Amino acid sequence: MSDRIFGVVGLLLAIGFAVSALAIEESFLSDAVGPKAFPLIIAAVLGLSSIAIALRPDAAPHWPSLGRLAEILAAAVVMVLYAELLPVIGFVIATAFAAAYLTWRLGSGLVTSVVTGIGTSVGIYVIFHLVLGLSLARGPLGF
Amino acid sequence: MMDTLISLADGFAVALTWQNLLLALLGCFLGTIMGALPGLGPSNGVAILIPLAFTLGLGATPSLILLTSVYYGAMYGGRISSILLNIPGDEPAMMTCLDGHPMAKNGMAGQALSLSGIASFVGAFFATWGLILLAPQLVKIALLFGPAEYFALFALAFMTLGGVSSTNQAKSAFAAALGLGLAMIGVDTQTGVPRFTFGEVHLYDGLDFLVAIVGLFALSEVFIFLEHRHGDAEGSAEKIRVGRLTPPLSMLKQTTPTMLRSTVLGFIAGVLPGAGASLGSFISYSFEKRMVDSDGKTFGKGDPRGVAAPEAGNNAAAGGALVPMLALGVPGSGTTAVLLAVLLSLNITPGPLLFSQNPDVVWGLIAALFIANFMLLAMNIPMVGLFTRVLMVPPRILMPIVAMVSFVGIYGISGSSFDLLVMIGFGLMGWVLRKLDVPLVPIILGTLLGNSMENNLRRAITIDNGNWATLIDSPLSIALWLVAIIGFILPLVVGRKVQSKMHHPRDEEGSLAD
Repeated sequence: MSDRIFGVVGLLLAIGFAVSALAIEESFLSDAVGPKAFPLIIAAVLGLSSIAIALRPDAAPHWPSLGRLAEILAAAVVMVLYAELLPVIGFVIATAFAAAYLTWRLGSGLVTSVVTGIGTSVGIYVIFHLVLGLSLARGPLGF
Repeated sequence: MMDTLISLADGFAVALTWQNLLLALLGCFLGTIMGALPGLGPSNGVAILIPLAFTLGLGATPSLILLTSVYYGAMYGGRISSILLNIPGDEPAMMTCLDGHPMAKNGMAGQALSLSGIASFVGAFFATWGLILLAPQLVKIALLFGPAEYFALFALAFMTLGGVSSTNQAKSAFAAALGLGLAMIGVDTQTGVPRFTFGEVHLYDGLDFLVAIVGLFALSEVFIFLEHRHGDAEGSAEKIRVGRLTPPLSMLKQTTPTMLRSTVLGFIAGVLPGAGASLGSFISYSFEKRMVDSDGKTFGKGDPRGVAAPEAGNNAAAGGALVPMLALGVPGSGTTAVLLAVLLSLNITPGPLLFSQNPDVVWGLIAALFIANFMLLAMNIPMVGLFTRVLMVPPRILMPIVAMVSFVGIYGISGSSFDLLVMIGFGLMGWVLRKLDVPLVPIILGTLLGNSMENNLRRAITIDNGNWATLIDSPLSIALWLVAIIGFILPLVVGRKVQSKMHHPRDEEGSLAD
């Protein structure tokens, strides 16, 4: 069943890709092929392979339970927040929080998680910024 | 031949600077660790280090030396956890479990480790010679290629890639088309019109393929670990005593023919498009089994030859896979695709012209491979105990570090949160696609090669005044198309059996290709 849904989604993607390829505005100065042809070929391959997947599906993969799925989404949300807050609160604080969260969710105790998070963050800061001179996001506190 | 040796000597002159030696040493060390740790393989190991190589401002040759040392190192490192824990450190090391772990259980862990270290060395050493001899020949052929032939060659790469990397040809075709489609995003280089940008200014330059690679390879691995909450190290290396660290001479004598045969097979498997190191070790192991133990008495129960064969095979394949990447600009495996990304980001186009325009890069790299190989031999026999200790770092500490280093690297390149968001998107996409058993390597290859494939297509047809038949106009391009079509159809007929055998022992998420 998973593959049938996947095939249908793929087919919709292919159609969407083809439609936006057709919508590309051609400039008056164009080569013999133009900017649309190759994307349309790709859309065709995408569509045909999606149909093949939907018609001859593999055995369904083992999907995680709803709880595990929420776990993955929550991690993604934390990462998005990390990406957005990085320039605001600075590298060390943001990274400590994100690393501690991930360590916690992978099964560490609370205290260990906090220690690991801070350790990871400070460790990366020392190696990459102080030793190697990489510029990391700078927060209001200067790090 | 003389020219080759002179070029090689020049290469050593390039590679033998303190900085490059230090980078090779660092790369070998990190590579062995990444290979040994389950969950980090050569492709995601190299992927998370690329952004760092850039932000450190390393030049082309030093970056390549660092990253190929990681690549070779990972090929060595994978065996450590295979032997000690019966968990392959990376996919090519899967076959090493079959005899390596039984040897360890028989109290010969140290001998298995050192023997496989030597086998790795033999495989990699001769494969590097193979690279030196074969790549210039391939360059001579490639110089005959026009745009139409290049287009056919790219098609060949995509169509044969699926044969081994996936059990379902439709899914690998889907992956290739998806990658090519992603490459189309951005301003069209020939006419200047924006495509698939949806008005988002960040997308006008196109997606940075490094963002895609790190997201698909490194972050998706983090999500896989979160899904299973594999937080703890899956076994402890302490349970098994390493013991004597040198193989007896009789064992070396017994395995020498094995190593040499496996090197040849592995190298060929590596050169073929779409195969890579996993196939190299698989073919070597099965061939050796049929050759010396046809009735299945000793293989699988700790036969030293069953340890030497896959290790020589996968290291030889790693060297072989560099041949098409350097000579044609078309990588055949996941990690060489990532290395191609490095070259492209440094504005170096691999392919036949690389050998004439940037000989220092090519030969410096090859010399560095030799140096790295000796360093790895030294690291992997006496110091193997150090690496076994690294295995005890649990994933709940390791995976967050992987995630954070990925973020640091990508942020270091662009300094924009937008790229980080795109990377997270690719990470989630990678997780879903791996669940559905869609191979990730064709996606990467598509994003890397998409623009150059399209440019060759358009150039070929424009030269011939809009005549599409020009694509199959020369014997060379007809031959390439034929190989491509056969390579696509053949696995549909006979491939499933081999693939299901080869992928049988692995976990249900498609593991990353090498």
